[in-house]
Amino acid sequence: MEILLIIIIGLLHAGGLYMLLRRSMFKMIIGLIFLGNGANLLIFLLGRLVKGKPPVMEDGMKVFTDIYADPVPQALVLTAIVIGFGLQSFAIILIKRVYKVLQTDDLDELNSTDEEI
Amino acid sequence: MIILPIIFQFVAGIILLFFWRKTTIQKVLSIIFSIIGLGISIWLFFLVWENGIMTTQSGDWKAPFGISFVADTFAVAMVLLSSISGLAVSIFSAGSMRKERLEFGYFPIFHFLIMGLQGAFLTGDIFNLYVWFEVVIIASFVLLTLGGKKAQLEGALKYVSLNLLASTLFLVGIGFIYGLTGSLNMADVAIKLDNLANRGLVNVTSGIFLVAFGIKSAIFPMYFWLPASYHTPPAAVSAIFAGLLTKLGIYAMLRTFTLMFGGDEFMGDILVILAALTILSGGLGALLQQNLGKIFGYLIICHIGFLIAGLGMYTELAIMGTVFYLIHDIIVKTNLFLVSGLILKINGTQDIRELGGMYKNFPLLSLLMAIPLFSLVGIPPLSGFWAKIFLIQAGLQTNDYVLIGFIILGSFLTLWVIARIWGEVFWKNGVELPKKANGLYFSQMSRIDQFLMVFPIVLLSAISLYIGFGAENIALLSQRITSELMDPSAYIEAVLGLKTITP
Repeated sequence: MEILLIIIIGLLHAGGLYMLLRRSMFKMIIGLIFLGNGANLLIFLLGRLVKGKPPVMEDGMKVFTDIYADPVPQALVLTAIVIGFGLQSFAIILIKRVYKVLQTDDLDELNSTDEEI
Repeated sequence: MIILPIIFQFVAGIILLFFWRKTTIQKVLSIIFSIIGLGISIWLFFLVWENGIMTTQSGDWKAPFGISFVADTFAVAMVLLSSISGLAVSIFSAGSMRKERLEFGYFPIFHFLIMGLQGAFLTGDIFNLYVWFEVVIIASFVLLTLGGKKAQLEGALKYVSLNLLASTLFLVGIGFIYGLTGSLNMADVAIKLDNLANRGLVNVTSGIFLVAFGIKSAIFPMYFWLPASYHTPPAAVSAIFAGLLTKLGIYAMLRTFTLMFGGDEFMGDILVILAALTILSGGLGALLQQNLGKIFGYLIICHIGFLIAGLGMYTELAIMGTVFYLIHDIIVKTNLFLVSGLILKINGTQDIRELGGMYKNFPLLSLLMAIPLFSLVGIPPLSGFWAKIFLIQAGLQTNDYVLIGFIILGSFLTLWVIARIWGEVFWKNGVELPKKANGLYFSQMSRIDQFLMVFPIVLLSAISLYIGFGAENIALLSQRITSELMDPSAYIEAVLGLKTITP
């Protein structure tokens, strides 16, 4: 399972970076989404995957005697997903506006704020 | 309660939301809230100054399990500075901001931005820091795009995409930290990272943090979004961005690199090289530009280089120089963009080739504007001078002669740029510019609005004069901050509950 997740994370990061380097605005946002998901999966993986173990102690126990499932990464990932979702939706609305106002999808043409002196 | 400033700004933002279209009430309320916020920050500052580091564990979960908020001297000093800049910008925007922007929630978002900044300064938890970063950037996205002009949207796209990338990298870094230590509390992480045998992995993590914070604070070679976007929104927005947003990256860097990754030599060398290149590229970029906003944008980059330089040298004196520079830079950079906004309102343009004759027409205002301009260069006894002295002294101690060369070169380039601005904008004979039909000029504004635009510049200039002439006190403050940063044991003790003070 870990190996599979590692490969998926690697693919998501590679794909995300590749998409970010393309010239199209639309592909850029896809790339950002890929990268965000890759980062979320990474946190999930780094919390160590265990199967069928309790995340909280049972009543009457003082310490964990066995391996336990760490609930923190899942809380982190949930938070990160929500935040990422908000930011990505903002970015999508923004590129839609930019496309409407500037009539282009090509990032190379978006150079007026750099070039005009 | 050390989270009082955060809660207060949050409540202020929400109350302002109720007055959605009533812009006059919003203006008055925002100024009042900013003044109260400043009062709370001053109170908190003196409380921490007298009692030492204070902590609050949210929900009374003991550290390292809950989210801790830590108010050490550095954090409260930054909260105080952000409140001062916030007050100045709030007053300035009440005078200058157009109605269209005010009607779409400018002031509530502005207070949420300040809340995010203060949260990021006060938190003691690395994931919570990420969350505050996101609060800050989403608020800054809205402020940047509010108004929806063509240039604004284009600048915003660059800003948004690179900041999203930086946040993702930050998140990856946090994932690594959690994987390495199983903890997110910065004090706890600091102890556990120290005992870790696998130094290679720690270095990789600190590298990821360097890139993430580097994009946010615009260091070489990740600064290209800044000059492309910072001049596009109205001056008040640029002022708060320039004064505080890039400095947030520097704050996070200072915090993590002193506390968690403490003084790694390899990282220090990289930081020194990056600092030299940042100074060079920012200074040269500023020389080439003709638009006042863009010149100041490049100057931000140039002076970020100074801040990184001190962190890279990593001696007591160097960090002290950085902290002093940070205090000076926040006030002066905010002021500079307010000045550029005022010049825009007076003349209707920011192109320095077209501007001129300011000194002839507005002698008093020009003298006022000279204070931030020349503080930035560091002409003694103005505020920039002292910070640079500390940095150069630190360089002499560690024999970083090349870096000293770059710091002096950076100061020289800044002097050149400022002299050029002074010559072109203030001393050159002005020409009559064609008046734009839809623009509202300074001379047509009401007396109150004129006062509201000039007063914050006076306020910030007075503070930067104080930093210059009362340098002794600021040096004392930076010294105390530095000793806390360089020896994090007090911080760790305070957070992990050996000496918890919760008033």
